[in-house]
Amino acid sequence: MVKPTRVTNSIRALREVAGLTQVELAKRIGVTRQTLIAIEQGRYSPSLELAFQIARVFGVGLDDVFQYPQAES
Amino acid sequence: MVYEERNTWVGLIVSVIAMTVYVIVVLRQAAGGPLTDVVWWPIMLWTIGLSIVGSIAISILWGILAGMRDPDGVGKSDMRDRDIARMGSRVGQAFMVIAGLGVIVLCAFEADWFWIANTMFFGFFLTAFLGGIASVIAYRRGIV
Repeated sequence: MVKPTRVTNSIRALREVAGLTQVELAKRIGVTRQTLIAIEQGRYSPSLELAFQIARVFGVGLDDVFQYPQAES
Repeated sequence: MVYEERNTWVGLIVSVIAMTVYVIVVLRQAAGGPLTDVVWWPIMLWTIGLSIVGSIAISILWGILAGMRDPDGVGKSDMRDRDIARMGSRVGQAFMVIAGLGVIVLCAFEADWFWIANTMFFGFFLTAFLGGIASVIAYRRGIV
């Protein structure tokens, strides 16, 4: 029923490197912990603004947080 | 479970209970006779009124219990909640339109008021129920 997204992310890895818990990161980007979990697991695609906020917390670019597979040619 | 998901569950549970009770009361009043003889409107109004009061009461009680375990999460909602609510409304709205069209057709054929009112009432139920189901699935399985 739910169309799976092809976007993957490295939020969990970045969070662990930064030593942030889900609760702490969720607070910093202004969402609930459940929403952050859904984003981490690819069950919710964040808005562009939220994606930038997440990248800014880690001090990296958007491409370092979210990845989209190359088109097959 | 987040605040808005709890409210969705409450709406879903209350709508199912309300519809079940309504159907049982109407059928008992009909007592095997024609349904059009039933004085349906007080039952319908009581059902709607009690559903609203029941939803509010259960939401408050569940909120208090959830707040004891997670005080930070009380009353919080975010963009995912809004996206899911919008999707649920869109799913439910389709059935409201179908019920509305049904009412127009029944009026055109001068059907008994019982059927006209109950078609609309059933449309309200389907809107709440199917919108709620879609929202709960989105909370559990995701919305992308």
